[in-house]
Amino acid sequence: MTEINYNAEPLLHVENLKQHFRINRKFTTKAVDGISFDIWAGETYGLVGESGSGKSTTGRALIRLYNPTSGKIIFDGHDISGNLSSADEKFLRQNMQMIFQDPMACLNPRKKVSEIIAQGLEINHLYKDKEDLEQKVLAIIDKVGLSKEHATRYPAQFSGGQRQRIGIARALVTNPKLVIADEAISALDVSIQAQVVNLMKDLQDELGTTYLFIAHDLSMVKYISDRIGVMHLGYIVETGTTDEIFTNPIHPYTISLLSAIPHPNPVLEKKRVSITYDKAAEGVDYSKGVNHAITKTHSVLATDEEFEKWTRKAEMAHEAGKLNY
Amino acid sequence: MEKFKRNKEDRVLSIRDLNISFETAGGVVKAIRGVRMDLFKGETIAIVGESGSGKSVTVKTIMGIMAANGKIESGTINYTFTNEKGERETVDMTKLSQKEIRYRFNGKHIAMVFQDPMTSLDPTMTIGKQITEGMMLHLHLTREEANQRAIKLLTDVGIENPEKRFKQYPHQLSGGMRQRVVIAIALACDPDILICDEPTTALDVTIQAKILELIKKIQQEKELSVIYITHDLGVVAKVADYVDVMYAGRIIEKGNINEVFYDPRHPYTWGLLASMPDTDTNSKRLFAIPGTPPNLLEEIVGDAFAPRNPFALAIDYKAEPPMFNVGGQHRVASWLCDPRAPKIDPPEQLQERLIRMRAETGMSVVNEKEGA
Ligand SMILES: Nc1ncnc2c1ncn2[C@@H]1O[C@H](COP(=O)(O)OP(=O)(O)OP(=O)(O)O)[C@@H](O)[C@H]1O
Ligand SMILES: Nc1ncnc2c1ncn2[C@@H]1O[C@H](COP(=O)(O)OP(=O)(O)OP(=O)(O)O)[C@@H](O)[C@H]1O
Ligand SMILES: [Mg+2]
Ligand SMILES: [Mg+2]
Repeated sequence: MTEINYNAEPLLHVENLKQHFRINRKFTTKAVDGISFDIWAGETYGLVGESGSGKSTTGRALIRLYNPTSGKIIFDGHDISGNLSSADEKFLRQNMQMIFQDPMACLNPRKKVSEIIAQGLEINHLYKDKEDLEQKVLAIIDKVGLSKEHATRYPAQFSGGQRQRIGIARALVTNPKLVIADEAISALDVSIQAQVVNLMKDLQDELGTTYLFIAHDLSMVKYISDRIGVMHLGYIVETGTTDEIFTNPIHPYTISLLSAIPHPNPVLEKKRVSITYDKAAEGVDYSKGVNHAITKTHSVLATDEEFEKWTRKAEMAHEAGKLNY
Repeated sequence: MEKFKRNKEDRVLSIRDLNISFETAGGVVKAIRGVRMDLFKGETIAIVGESGSGKSVTVKTIMGIMAANGKIESGTINYTFTNEKGERETVDMTKLSQKEIRYRFNGKHIAMVFQDPMTSLDPTMTIGKQITEGMMLHLHLTREEANQRAIKLLTDVGIENPEKRFKQYPHQLSGGMRQRVVIAIALACDPDILICDEPTTALDVTIQAKILELIKKIQQEKELSVIYITHDLGVVAKVADYVDVMYAGRIIEKGNINEVFYDPRHPYTWGLLASMPDTDTNSKRLFAIPGTPPNLLEEIVGDAFAPRNPFALAIDYKAEPPMFNVGGQHRVASWLCDPRAPKIDPPEQLQERLIRMRAETGMSVVNEKEGA
């Protein structure tokens, strides 16, 4: 494992990012409504939360598939939040890549695997000559555990796990600093998920790649992430190291999320009931909350009263030895 | 339901010796090879297994859904239900046309939630119309009654503002919401059997928990039988009474949930259980089953899992293993269960987890089996 230097400048700094979608004159969806977080080089930051909470929108805003409504995104010293200069655009395209949930949807079915992978190098002119291009493509194909013979095949001729490897190869071929994996393994078999996650970890060890790992499978997020952000309704309600989130969750949404993870132990699982969180009933208004720090790495979005109430509750649960996620 | 007790007269579905193949440009794909499965009143069976192992094809066949290039080579699917006259009746679904099944059983007796929600929603019809249509037809409800029931169902599956959603079209909903609508439609007509094919993969855990708890509640009230396909073994642990593990078109291990989860015997099941991180996984690497599943275009000789099985015996490459009875309700198609086979333990990582899991529950699996 590479050591992460949390005293260094973060690779990605996000400050009060908002991404709103105007549906019509009267109605706007506030998909992301003012989130702030940092990701340091070499780490994996997991983003979890319910469907529609704004995880994908966050990823897409970062890689600038959208024009953010407001807020600041600093990526490796480059401000990529406003209109992009051509130099920043080039830097972004080369150094930030995305792996999607459905590899089939983003792999051109009429192109050979080698052509799909070469694209990133071609667009960014990251090769000397044809031979160099070919070499680089074959090297990454090998790295993701596919063979030379696969290079000339078409995406439809692969299994789900193999296709996801192609998606990873496509994303990694430009040697990006940050890879956004949006539900990259959700659609795969358990055994194939394990292959892909192991591959992502190996590549991180070898190349020092940083990941933003978006998923709703919390056991996998726990396994792969160094730190986790919990999203709900367009806000990051809690963030902390994986250990902090799992052993000392403060926000009631985080607690309900953790309590809902099904464990593969049938006798216990049959008896367990998840804890529900009713935001309206508790009278929580996220726009009124501010980030309260618990430790240097752990913080919760709350008003002062909420913060006091929730930390007290968490302490009591701890004393009662009730935390068991 | 009393735990792990089955009475013959409560059997609702009985699949025997099912063989299905597909005609393709590359040859004949033998997708289902001798599947046998029983489903009883009020219970939940989970089908797990590798992608492409035949889970969806099996359950679709129950509903009479078959691709044009597919063919039932042999086998029966007997479904027992109470007919309009109030008598118990058994029909072989493989003998009925797709049209007949759709007309007589679809939605009312057997309901299915598909892997991809968009395929089961009509993009030109409002959500409300799609839920109420079947209720008015099958349950003979008035429009007003049906509307009320639909709103209640939408609330139950966790959709906020159900009145507003009622009037919307499928494309105006997020993926997770659409999936919940499909589940609401499936539950609308009080079916006897609910078949769910990866129903919650698009959902987050809190909504998933809510839906699983809802299905469980309905099950207790109405003796609904459920077949559940999922690759989330935590979900299996939560909902299933029985588990069938499929590999390359066969069921290779089956039993009640405790037998399969605390005492797995087939090396594929070992790999499957070991490759999942439980929240206590600390090791740096996940266990991954090496290799890829077999090509079903080719004749499979011996145990289909042998090439990926580090514990394979010489006989695994020559003869297909029969289903060994390893006690209780537990059956395993692996030569390792032959009395003459050498004794081989699961991989160490899995063994540790199994021991920990049993300790957490304070139970002894061995005793339970002897008592069964
Ligand atoms: N292009 C768009 N136009 C309008 N609304 C959008 C758009 N993209 C997303 N939304 C809305 O923004 C909200 C957040 O969506 P997003 O896809 O980011 O959620 P998510 O957290 O990724 O959910 P999931 O887990 O289901 O993928 C949702 O209410 C969604 O309907
Ligand atoms: N119409 C078809 N023509 C040819 N082969 C088919 C057809 N439908 C299914 N198959 C093959 O039958 C096998 C079983 O498919 P099935 O969809 O049942 O798999 P599954 O277990 O549901 O997998 P997954 O977990 O990926 O959904 C696969 O090898 C598949 O490729
Ligand atoms: Mg998303
Ligand atoms: Mg399937």
